[in-house]
Amino acid sequence: MKDKDSHWTRVLSLFLFVFVSLFLGMQTCLAQEAEQAEALQDSLAQPPAPPTNVVAKDAPNDNGHALLVIWTLSADDGAGQNNVVSYQILRSDSPDGEFEVRGLVPAGENTYKDKGAKEKEDANYLPPHKDFYYKVRVRSDGIFSDSEVSLPAHAYGQWYHTGKTAVLLAVLIFSTFALVFITVARKGKKLYIRPLAGIEAVDEAIGRATEMGKPILYILGLGSADMIATIASFTILSRVAKKTAEYQTPILIPCCDPIVMAVAQETVRAAYLEAGRPDDYKQENIYYLTSMQFAYVAGVNGIMIREKPATNFYLGKFYAESLLLAETGSLAGSIQISGTDEIAQIPFFVAATDYTLIGEELYAASAYLGREPVLLGTLKGQDWAKALVMIFLILGALAATFHFQFFLNLFKVQL
Amino acid sequence: MSGEVVGLWIGGILTLGIFSFIYKDNPFYKFSEALFVGVSAGYWFVVTFWQYFLPKLIDNLVLAYTVLTVEGKIDYHWVYLLGGGLGILMLLRLFPSVGWLSRWSLAFIVGTTAGLQFTRYLESNGIIQVKGTILSLFVWGDLNSTIGNIVIVVGTFCGLIYFFFSKEHKGAFGGAARVGVWFLMITFGALFGYTVMSRMSLLIGRMDFLFGNWLGLIK
Repeated sequence: MKDKDSHWTRVLSLFLFVFVSLFLGMQTCLAQEAEQAEALQDSLAQPPAPPTNVVAKDAPNDNGHALLVIWTLSADDGAGQNNVVSYQILRSDSPDGEFEVRGLVPAGENTYKDKGAKEKEDANYLPPHKDFYYKVRVRSDGIFSDSEVSLPAHAYGQWYHTGKTAVLLAVLIFSTFALVFITVARKGKKLYIRPLAGIEAVDEAIGRATEMGKPILYILGLGSADMIATIASFTILSRVAKKTAEYQTPILIPCCDPIVMAVAQETVRAAYLEAGRPDDYKQENIYYLTSMQFAYVAGVNGIMIREKPATNFYLGKFYAESLLLAETGSLAGSIQISGTDEIAQIPFFVAATDYTLIGEELYAASAYLGREPVLLGTLKGQDWAKALVMIFLILGALAATFHFQFFLNLFKVQL
Repeated sequence: MSGEVVGLWIGGILTLGIFSFIYKDNPFYKFSEALFVGVSAGYWFVVTFWQYFLPKLIDNLVLAYTVLTVEGKIDYHWVYLLGGGLGILMLLRLFPSVGWLSRWSLAFIVGTTAGLQFTRYLESNGIIQVKGTILSLFVWGDLNSTIGNIVIVVGTFCGLIYFFFSKEHKGAFGGAARVGVWFLMITFGALFGYTVMSRMSLLIGRMDFLFGNWLGLIK
């Protein structure tokens, strides 16, 4: 009985100890929280210190419709009361005028690019050479304080973009290489170009079509006339059309862009003229189908199945339609030569066509077929530029490995 | 029957018409194809008219004319006449005797854009790519990054050698070019798988339309 009482006494004592400890702990926590809330209340009640040294100046390297605002952070941003939430940037065209809000940046940031529109009709138009005044408003929760008004600043355009010096140098180097080799080629020096399987097969493919008495289908892709791949394709088309004119084989060119169609018509017309067969040129064989991707595919697939061309060329810019076209051409039993610089589509052409020109091979093909000094010289110049890139690559990798930052900065380009 | 239901039925039947090409070329496919091509060509004409011709040319010229008559100033919007003029030259192709004038427009489009693309390509496909490939060949305490960086640098180097056209691929040069081809083919293989999966989503979308929207079999 006594042991039982002693047991209950111990349990009761333990319970009391735990209860008292919890009660005291809770009291302490509540007191601390109350203190913190009071401190926070105090800090919230006080507006944060205003930003200082607000400077507005023209934003560099642009077309003259933007200003850059820089300021020194509020003393309460990350220190002091530490209650800064954001900075509001305000602009006016006179120091005493009405300021309008132009932007907002979070605490910790001390620059803002006030970018306006360049069109006068635009509500956000920022005229160049007109003075503007700025002030920065630091905001806490519902309260704020303003900086002094900045000195006037105006935007103006720059003729030279200093952030793109690397691009200028690359253009100069590449152009020099190209011009040197074009001159060399014009002087009659033979420039070697390694054979490309896809291009070697062009004559064979045209010959096959002639023997079979069937037309050749030439697809310029979905690109517009301003795309490099389409322009390269025009050069190849010129050579292919000259051959078809010589062999008197019809060439069909359904286009998905009216401008591309017009250029293709001119290219083929010139090729037929060069081959001495202008009367054989048929403009109706180069026609506009539609600009919608899959409608174009449906139309071309129909042509492949009905006309049964002996040879299909897919050279230019291709997207999701590449496999649909190449697969249908394969089913129709045509020999197929493809080429594009659209990386995601090359695998489909590799899988479904007989010969594929991979990326830059498409550009090289036009020089290979044309054998013109300008094209050959440019190709040789490209190779030299590539050699230079490879040297930079090795030096750059070594510089990065041994942490020579200066070398990496050579390739700094401001977008 | 509401217009929406009629639209669903037309869409469903035409989808089957295009799918019938899987079997072979047939009148049903020919009809669907002709309708698809014709409607899309007409649609693009309307889009071009309302999104380009009207706002870019007519609206800007009207604005220029308004500024001239109201303020008496020659506004820069008159420059759009140049584009309009080039467009008219393109239309002259309809008249064989003066059709050659359209070559001016074509030369302007191809020449100008090729020039504009030159620096853009050199920047995005050249300098930025080179910068992205300049990587440390040894990252202390990070084997994965070390191997990854070496693969990128070696792959790019050998890939560039493959795209050398003015030198025969023989000896060590040819060997490096072959390594470059391997890198290219592995990349293409990965891209093939990735793109096939995205094409599957297109097929799933059509199936969802047929069995869900049209037939109501998928809830």
